[in-house]
Amino acid sequence: MTKNKEMRGKIMQFQIILFGLDKMLRFTAMRYPAFRERLAERNFTAQIMAKDEEVGRTFTFSRGGISSRAGLHGTPDITLAFKDAKLAAKLLRPPINWLDQINAQKDFKISVDGPEDLTNWFAQTIMMAQSIRWKWGTTTADGVTRTVNMTNGGPVFVDVKDDKIIRMLPIDFDDKDPQPWTIKARGMEFTPPRRTTLAPHGQNAKSIVYSPDRLLYPMKRVDFDPDGERNIQNRGKSGYERISWDEALDIVANEIKRAKKKHGPGAMAVSHGSHHTWGNIGYYLSALYRFRNAVGHTSVHHNPDSWEGWYWGAVHHWGHSLRVGQSETYGTVEDCLQNCDMIVFWSADPETTSGSYGAQEGTIRRQWLKNKDLGIDVVHVDPYFNQSAQFLPGKWFAPKPTTSVAMAMAIAYVWIQEGLYDKSYVETHTVGFDVWKAYLTGEEDGIPKTPEWQEAETGVPARDVRALAREWGKKRVYLAPGGWGNGHGGACRNQTGIQWARVMVCLVAMQGLGKPGVNMGNLQWGCPIDFNFYFPGYADGGMSGDLEGTALPVELYQRMPQLPTMNTPNQKIPRIGMPEAILDGKAEGYPWVGKSIEIQFAKFGYPAPGHAKVSMLYKYGGSILGTMNNTNRWVKMYQSENLEFVVNQSIWREGEAKFADIVLPACTNFERPDISEWAGLGGYGHHGQQQLNHRVIVFQAPAIKPLGESKSDYWIFNELSKRMGLANYFSEGMNEIDWVKRMFDASDMPEKISWKEFIRKGYYVVPAEKEKLRAPVSFRWFWEGRRKDVPEPHPLPSDYSEEYLKGLQTQSGKLEFECSSLKRFVDPERPPIVKYEPSWEGPHSGEQYEKFPLQMLTPHSRYSFHTQGDGKDSFLLNIADHRVNVDGWYYWVIRMNAEDAKARGIEKNDLVKVHNDRGAVICAALPTQRLPRGVCHGFESSAMYEPMGEPGKSVDRGGCLNLLTPERTQTKSTHSLAGANALVEIVKWDGNIDYISQAYATAVTAAAE
Amino acid sequence: MAKKWNMVIDVAECTNCNLCTLATMDEYIDNDWGSYAAPMPKHGHRWIDILQKERGSVPFVDIAYVPTMCNHCADAPCVKAATNGEIAQREDGIVLIDPEKSRGRKDLVESCPYGHIWWNEDLQIPQAWPFEAHLIDQGWSKTRGAQACPTAAMQTVYADDDEMRRTAEAEGLEVLNPEHGTRPRVWYRNLWRYSTAFIGGSVSAEANGLVDCVEGAKVTLSKDGAVQAEATTDIYGDFKFDRLPENSGAYAVTIAADGHSEKSVEVDLSESVYLGEIRL
Repeated sequence: MTKNKEMRGKIMQFQIILFGLDKMLRFTAMRYPAFRERLAERNFTAQIMAKDEEVGRTFTFSRGGISSRAGLHGTPDITLAFKDAKLAAKLLRPPINWLDQINAQKDFKISVDGPEDLTNWFAQTIMMAQSIRWKWGTTTADGVTRTVNMTNGGPVFVDVKDDKIIRMLPIDFDDKDPQPWTIKARGMEFTPPRRTTLAPHGQNAKSIVYSPDRLLYPMKRVDFDPDGERNIQNRGKSGYERISWDEALDIVANEIKRAKKKHGPGAMAVSHGSHHTWGNIGYYLSALYRFRNAVGHTSVHHNPDSWEGWYWGAVHHWGHSLRVGQSETYGTVEDCLQNCDMIVFWSADPETTSGSYGAQEGTIRRQWLKNKDLGIDVVHVDPYFNQSAQFLPGKWFAPKPTTSVAMAMAIAYVWIQEGLYDKSYVETHTVGFDVWKAYLTGEEDGIPKTPEWQEAETGVPARDVRALAREWGKKRVYLAPGGWGNGHGGACRNQTGIQWARVMVCLVAMQGLGKPGVNMGNLQWGCPIDFNFYFPGYADGGMSGDLEGTALPVELYQRMPQLPTMNTPNQKIPRIGMPEAILDGKAEGYPWVGKSIEIQFAKFGYPAPGHAKVSMLYKYGGSILGTMNNTNRWVKMYQSENLEFVVNQSIWREGEAKFADIVLPACTNFERPDISEWAGLGGYGHHGQQQLNHRVIVFQAPAIKPLGESKSDYWIFNELSKRMGLANYFSEGMNEIDWVKRMFDASDMPEKISWKEFIRKGYYVVPAEKEKLRAPVSFRWFWEGRRKDVPEPHPLPSDYSEEYLKGLQTQSGKLEFECSSLKRFVDPERPPIVKYEPSWEGPHSGEQYEKFPLQMLTPHSRYSFHTQGDGKDSFLLNIADHRVNVDGWYYWVIRMNAEDAKARGIEKNDLVKVHNDRGAVICAALPTQRLPRGVCHGFESSAMYEPMGEPGKSVDRGGCLNLLTPERTQTKSTHSLAGANALVEIVKWDGNIDYISQAYATAVTAAAE
Repeated sequence: MAKKWNMVIDVAECTNCNLCTLATMDEYIDNDWGSYAAPMPKHGHRWIDILQKERGSVPFVDIAYVPTMCNHCADAPCVKAATNGEIAQREDGIVLIDPEKSRGRKDLVESCPYGHIWWNEDLQIPQAWPFEAHLIDQGWSKTRGAQACPTAAMQTVYADDDEMRRTAEAEGLEVLNPEHGTRPRVWYRNLWRYSTAFIGGSVSAEANGLVDCVEGAKVTLSKDGAVQAEATTDIYGDFKFDRLPENSGAYAVTIAADGHSEKSVEVDLSESVYLGEIRL
């Protein structure tokens, strides 16, 4: 074939495709009314052409109609130009090859000319001609449509009639879904039921969709004028008025431009919560990250808030930096059931925290422990007689908050004295034991860490600790720290959290971690699921294009090629010090990055050299007041003149959304399309699905239309992007649902189920792994001296000292009682061996303790998920252990020891003032025997912040206990939350609403004094 | 004999997760099921209400949860009180309050000895949990609460009364307040965890200057000189005599261990009691 002939062939192909496009658009308009409506939105001419050959076709959109003709138009409104006909024919021919598309764009072979609004509309309309044909859900005879969705608390069937959700329920599998796994142990068989479960906040979802607190329209603070008086001091006090989307979007886009032009790069900070409504496309690590990178921002750098002690402490003993310092977890359900004699739940309450995303799946497995024939004993170490202790009877040890580090050391002391640890393992698999031993025996400091020594700190009888140590030393034991049983939550979040996580690792190291029956876990992680079937988790970055801030480059980027995004301002604010950054103009922090052990030592400062100070905040949701510490600091920050503009994109009117200048109403995941896997975390939560009895991947169908004028996050970002010429970069010309399909295609799903069937049925259950192919048990390789063989891609290759896959991530490759990394980085608060240093907010705090003698525990909540599900007039308000209705207001519950209550004249459901210098919160009292004297308990993460008078200068009755918790980091050289415990006093409330919080009275307290 | 709908609830497996109460709210709040049930008010009603009981004291406690609801009694006093057919029992045992016929009949609330008829102030009707009859009639075999229950603590059972009675006897199922004589069709397993009391304690002894727990001590519970039960202390020296009637008066706890003289403690039992450390 001659070159000319070939060229003519390609031109013809190109022209046929364009002709086909015309027919396809017209046919779709004829068949689908919604598409006709779409076509009526714009009147313009569009030209698709090949530059080289100067051929193409012109499409005219006019009054809802579409026509086209071959040839070029002299002055089209928009032009989509390919370098030549060959390329155009290749890229336009379905099915779309995304890698070719992206490469052509990167190589400047495609150009788009014309107003951003029109080009983006044109591209999205063409995409829509395909997606508009997709039919999801099943319909019953009585007009009920059933689709599937995913909450943070598990998957749900969603039954809808007349555009109204009538019910949501967990999924019972049908005959075609696969059979689950069976574990054989001690002559018995254990098989989970063929269904999914829900966490309480998942079953609560309908009520938050239809919450009266939904933001239904864009709003502007009544006394905010972007071109005049901004009245910043009135944030949190003034009311709001409804404005149009155009006005709201124009103001926000203009403010973004203004911040950059007036102050310079990084003048806009972006802050989001730790979680979002579920879904891989609409997630914050996906759509938001793409947008924020596209416009440039100062990031608010998160601390590892549920893993503090593990990331800053435990990691130095055994590595696992890419698991945020937590344990490996594979195969542990089977090993535990087969080989373990006892599980020690230590600050572990999986029945309350549901594994975060794991619904009640672990509960079903832990129920097997009640089978006496298994012979697995449990004990519970927690100042609170928690829900797991209620569910699984066993000895309860109730150390005072922050002190159980001493109890752990006394256990190790007994093991040393009585020879109850694995000496040969310690000899061959660990380093530095003698140094720690010298500390424990008192050789180093003259204080033997005996059970009697710990009793003075913990209040736990020495005899009980000795009995536990002896039992433990004789048995094969799973140690379960934190709700996941491998870290996460619990005591790692208080002032001694780093010490606690460290000593937990030291205990398992002494007992031979990796031997049959000796490991970390509480049956929450470690199910024998199929780990080889690929479906991305939320931390894998979705459509973010973010190769630095998400796990996108690991695998998803190759499978779902997309335009990369990069944030240009190299500036970040440590989240805990955000108020100081704004109010004082400076803050320091340490990074949370998982790639190595040492990266956490690299201090960063705000402002970054040569960068603009933050003058604008783009806030996503309103969770911070309920979830961070001493949060009256944020109240003050919001009223600072240094913050010239605040926009909040939120679903509900709650928390910080009440402090914004402009509010953009986002819809829930039930009102937009998405795709996701249950507990599919990715990133630092690699293989989080092993919390589940079944892997379940869901097409999150839009069950109803967005309520009011609320819109999906994706739509909002795309509209803002249009105003900055970035819409085609942000969206790649696609609609949200096209990204959903693109992710489906990028996963292993198409090998198993067609797109059509997947969106019809709504879910896919990944078959359980064959018994012979199950993942090996974690650390068995280490115990046996083999290469690492569990399916996790870390440590990274360069982090092995000796040979790839041999040994741990530590310098020695062994479990280090004396940490090499902490010898290299000198931190007086984190010595190379773990030592007990009492909390700086506890019984050793002198005057502060005299004034505020109650240690308040603020663990992760049971019924709500952080701020999700709480407040909002939701169903959860009806649960008496969540909130209590007193005289028409739903108060947060504060639990306190019954004698402590009696001594204060407090009875059940009395309104009490829980207070310290940082603030005062009115709660409903619940006297109980579940807490020792001197300890009280209220969950963190109230969604409601309801100052009864002026914010910061009055008591709160929303239940925002984090107003009272310390913001000081666990150690100076870490960016670690320490506030899961605080000193408070509780008195019967006298009805007085005045209270000046310390943060408000004085300027600002130093973050890490 | 026609089959009837029953509910069997295992108190030992209930964790107070409230999924049953939430699923019930999900089903009835803001949904109108016609003659089966008018919408449940968003707040104020507890069609499923979980009772709880803490027993003992720090650090020796246990807690039991008991979900309660309309018992769909075979001899339902509410049906008798509803003289104009406002409340009727169906062939399958489900007791339904007709939202139309019962309008204004606040007096019917009082007819339930279990306090499980709720007055809807807005609609001016009495309401109770209707066993998801509208779903049962569509072929559902579980109530919303049972379907959502993660531990299967709540189970829907379709059986005739004889069969159910045999099951109850064989498995030791009880009903709440049988003295009401209404023959409830909601049954409980392990209700003793809620309704009875325990006496517990921890035995220790000093040797070589250290106090240790005493394992294997023989502990005897007697009442009026007659031995009621025997126990052996565990590795923590703990013993627990359970399923004792509350307010059952004076008991003696006697502890015997090798190398120690016998020790006896008097207990006047009202609610569960933890005797604390007993040093031999």
